[in-house]
Amino acid sequence: MAVEMFFHIDGGDFANAGKASSQIKKVLKQLNVNAKSIKRVVVAVYEAEVNVAAHAYQGTVTAIIGENDIRIIVADKGPGIEDIEKAMQPGFSTASKEVREMGFGAGMGLANIEKNTDELHIESKVGESTTLTFRCFYT
Amino acid sequence: MLKIIYNQFLTVKISDILKYADAKIVSGNHDHDKSFEKAFSSDLMSDVLTLDEENILLITGLANLQLVRTAEMADIHAVLLARGKQATQEMVELARENGLILMETPYSIYKASGILYSNGLKEVY
Repeated sequence: MAVEMFFHIDGGDFANAGKASSQIKKVLKQLNVNAKSIKRVVVAVYEAEVNVAAHAYQGTVTAIIGENDIRIIVADKGPGIEDIEKAMQPGFSTASKEVREMGFGAGMGLANIEKNTDELHIESKVGESTTLTFRCFYT
Repeated sequence: MLKIIYNQFLTVKISDILKYADAKIVSGNHDHDKSFEKAFSSDLMSDVLTLDEENILLITGLANLQLVRTAEMADIHAVLLARGKQATQEMVELARENGLILMETPYSIYKASGILYSNGLKEVY
């Protein structure tokens, strides 16, 4: 039986970036998923939330929590990613000064999402949207 | 030999951190015996989110809500705010909700890290 959770994120709303990962963490804890696996999932979701707040106009997070794995879809309306391969490179960043002052924007988010997930798929249309789909198996 | 064995099990308690770094607790349970083996100093949350270690002390000069969120996701249970930075009301509230121990020190990151390191709080890397 899968549990589905849905969240909305507004672009620029850093105060609420982290709410989805926080709620997902609580549910995974209740399901007795081990702490290492929970950390991988919530770090990846949090990075994705920060990306939406930093770059997009608005976005959604959908979590499908299964018995052995979790699937996450983070879909936003925003500028899109011109060169996904480049965006995956650690250190490449288009973040604003404000985002950097908040402790992010070092160009490490997507690489860290990849590190913490077992499957990652990024689809983007420049000027329209970006959708991240990823999956983590509990260990 | 004795020193090596001693060092292996050396941990630093919250009460030690308060004493060594002239710090005060602004949020969190008052379990002053909670202890740490390692610490990490950074103003960049992106770096904190790449750590595989849990239950470390985070020393930072970044005082905002993202710090508290980052600690939550990274399984960090204690943060020492350096350079006299003060936690906002929002930060204190969220820290309380998450059971995060927030402390403030007037020392710079360099000084706080140096003192705690020389008192046995080891590096993550």
